Amino acid sequence: MTLAAITISSLLATATSDPVMAPVATKFFFYVLSGLAIASAIAVITRRNAVHSALALIVTLLSVAGLYLMLYAPFVAGVQIVVYAGGIMVLFLFVIMLVNLERSIKEEQYSKQWLAGVLAALCLGGLLAIVFRKGESLFPGVPRLLAEDNNTQQIGIGLYQNYVLPFEIASLLLLVAIVGAVVMAKKRI
Amino acid sequence: MELSTLHYLVVAAALFIIGTIGVLTRRNVVVILMSIELILNAVNLNLVAFSRLYNGVHGQIFSIFIITDAAAEAAVGLGILIAFFRNKETVNVDEIDLLKF
Repeated sequence: MTLAAITISSLLATATSDPVMAPVATKFFFYVLSGLAIASAIAVITRRNAVHSALALIVTLLSVAGLYLMLYAPFVAGVQIVVYAGGIMVLFLFVIMLVNLERSIKEEQYSKQWLAGVLAALCLGGLLAIVFRKGESLFPGVPRLLAEDNNTQQIGIGLYQNYVLPFEIASLLLLVAIVGAVVMAKKRI
Repeated sequence: MELSTLHYLVVAAALFIIGTIGVLTRRNVVVILMSIELILNAVNLNLVAFSRLYNGVHGQIFSIFIITDAAAEAAVGLGILIAFFRNKETVNVDEIDLLKF
């Protein structure tokens, strides 16, 4: 009891004496998270079994959520985990269970569009290389800001003041998507 | 080298390229839809990185709109896939060619 009280009071003392908490080991976390994201993204498009692809996609989504946290966007990170990893991926897994896998696993996995794929990869990779070479002057380093504790509040204010019309259009879009999905999945169209 | 916006842009570009290759080369419709989700995630990462660079929340708000769009797209796309699978018993895009001539 007293030990816990002493611990809490010492924690409070350190928290009040040092209110500016600088982030620690950001480079380490960045490289771990981005490496995990890219490796599991490659696993998404190379696995033969669609369930394995879905699980790898979940790892990618969680890593990107970690990157959002590193960019001081906690609300977007939470939405990413709840909506993507919790909602959309469950939908994907249900559909994978509904369509039969055994036949599609035995088939050839890649279409004959290798040329288009290689061309797209080369174009986008070239663009990436150009941006990477010129980017140091285009995008200067981020000033070391501290995390704002009212990020969610600011997003809410923005959504209900500047972006009211897009917000309503998004709600209409979701309504249309619900009706469309129900109509599509009905027994007789 | 200190972490800058460019680092996040490189990660986003890599995710975008991987998603594009997946869309163009895979034959399973479910995996193609997952690759589209990868592309949308890359765009979201770009938006949030620029939102951090310019020190505002507008990019984050747009990324929330994109997540909404992704949810709607996944629901409608998978509904179409189920309706199609009920008729033709396949998830292979090479066999979905009724509109080709």
